[in-house]
Amino acid sequence: MIKYMIRRLALAALILFVAVTAMFLMIRAVPGDPVQIMLGPRATPELQASLTAALGLDQPIWKQLVIFYSKMMQGDLGVDVFSGRSVTQIVMQQLPYTLELIFASIIWSALLGVIFGAYAAANPNTFWDRMIAFVSVSFIAAPAFVIALLSLLVFAVQLRWFPAIGVGEGFWSRLHHVVLPAFAIGLSWVGYIARLVRASMLEVLGEHHIRTARAFGLAERRIIMVYALRIAILPVITVIGVGMGFLLSAAVFAEIVFARPGLGKLVIDSITTRNYPVVMGAVLVSTGLFVLSTAISDIVNAWLDPRSRQSL
Amino acid sequence: MTAPLLQIDGVTIDYNTKKGNLRALRDISFDVNKGEIVGIVGESGCGKSTLISTILQLLPQNAEWKKGAINFKGKNLIACSEKEMRDMRGKDISVIFQDPMQSLNPVITIGRQMVDIQHRSTSPYVEKWQKAIDMLSMVGIADAETRLKQHPFEFSGGMLQRIAIAMALMSRPDLLIADEPTTALDATLEVEIIKRLKDLHKEMGCSILFISHHLGVIAELCQRVVVMYAGSVVEFGSVDEIFFNPKHPYTRRLIECDPGHIKERAKRLPTIPGEIPDLTEALEGCIFQERCSEIIAKCKISTPHFVSVGQNHQAACWLNHNQEPE
Repeated sequence: MIKYMIRRLALAALILFVAVTAMFLMIRAVPGDPVQIMLGPRATPELQASLTAALGLDQPIWKQLVIFYSKMMQGDLGVDVFSGRSVTQIVMQQLPYTLELIFASIIWSALLGVIFGAYAAANPNTFWDRMIAFVSVSFIAAPAFVIALLSLLVFAVQLRWFPAIGVGEGFWSRLHHVVLPAFAIGLSWVGYIARLVRASMLEVLGEHHIRTARAFGLAERRIIMVYALRIAILPVITVIGVGMGFLLSAAVFAEIVFARPGLGKLVIDSITTRNYPVVMGAVLVSTGLFVLSTAISDIVNAWLDPRSRQSL
Repeated sequence: MTAPLLQIDGVTIDYNTKKGNLRALRDISFDVNKGEIVGIVGESGCGKSTLISTILQLLPQNAEWKKGAINFKGKNLIACSEKEMRDMRGKDISVIFQDPMQSLNPVITIGRQMVDIQHRSTSPYVEKWQKAIDMLSMVGIADAETRLKQHPFEFSGGMLQRIAIAMALMSRPDLLIADEPTTALDATLEVEIIKRLKDLHKEMGCSILFISHHLGVIAELCQRVVVMYAGSVVEFGSVDEIFFNPKHPYTRRLIECDPGHIKERAKRLPTIPGEIPDLTEALEGCIFQERCSEIIAKCKISTPHFVSVGQNHQAACWLNHNQEPE
């Protein structure tokens, strides 16, 4: 298990390296001179030359890459063009808000989705199975931004149960603030996960080892919750690992609709003001998050399913 | 005479399929006495596995019970509630399933599974674990202590089959159902498993319902044999009677086709011509009529009933009815 974790994390580091290098080269390939953009059209050639040297843009590309990585290792992602603050600091300030939103969405939607899916699979073709299928598909079909706006109108404006904007301070207030955005972006995941769990659970329940468990008189609840769910949950964990990436982009509009600070909002704001170092830093951190979450989901899978430890 | 442990009486089961009703078991009747080993032989698809599921009341949802009764220790299993059945499964009746690679949970350790099936016992975890170690050693698995912490994929097929036997015998059941326990294994292992089963039977004294299509194994292990064809019992009797004095044409052909019985070198192994009839269609007359080489006019008209053809030996074939003194 430890060996698997080390191998998987090494793979994640490699993926991150390739992704970041590709991103770095792509930005360099975009036409336009960052120095000109930073200084504006009226800068003197001397000023431009000094900034070019300061940013290391006069160096050959491989050397720029080396400098970029060595700085990144030290936690230095460059400097905000306008405020002069460290990009690392800016990103790290926004990151917790996005993380709490993503985790809140994943946790509630996965819990509910797994319960719905497992219940539907345990009682196939009954009224409640069809009901869950109907609700799940409706959840999947409903666009998240519509849910966000509607829930904002109903729960924040009409009923005044939850705050409409901001993130709050202190644990309970922050939890209170995260409910609506997490509801909005997690809702379609409930349906998606419920469908997935139902399908894989039905498949597992048809396998021979389940018949064995029944033949030994194990309680049906135990068979479903332990013997079957442990296998049926595997694809869900993989999907959640990859889904983190989708949630990162879903977080962008949730942060805009609910006026929350966060990584998504930071990227949008920085793009509109052409603040490239901040964009680069924020994208880099999101990429890291994505690679890390897929690695974690693989490790959890390996822990649940010893067979998959053999591969890789 | 004491009542048999398991008494199957006229059990008929249908499967509702897209093609129509498939009659998987028709009017199955036989007994298993206390401490006896009864073998069931028949081709694939003759309803052997359905029979096990019926005894355990673990039939798939599309199965429909038509008629009959299964009496086990004086209780009609078909009338039992799900709870009553669950109390019996794994305690009074245990099963060794066909494919050991598929019939153990792949993601849970062997030890955990062996502890879990002792869910009825109130003894502490350590004792259950110790019992699992004892059972594994009993079926000849070395180093049971560390083996218990492993998962099924880390074992060979033969070892898994022995684990399955250990698990089935853990509760000292009154009836052990073994569903082709040696089919997935090679010949050397087969001999070993059979020997092991024989020893355990002597030691524990349970009744065994042994299902196989391997006649040699049946002859070696069982005291009585039930021959099944296309969901029906066609002949039953003691091992000697069935093997040396078969009275149903199907049994005779089955024995002729067993590679172990072929004396001369032949280019082709003998087979029974034809196929199992389509069980979704209503059938008149004998179930074996289409493949039978000794067919007479009566076979097409009505279904033969059982007649005694020797001591403890009955067959359902019209040919035997003529020999019967009226």
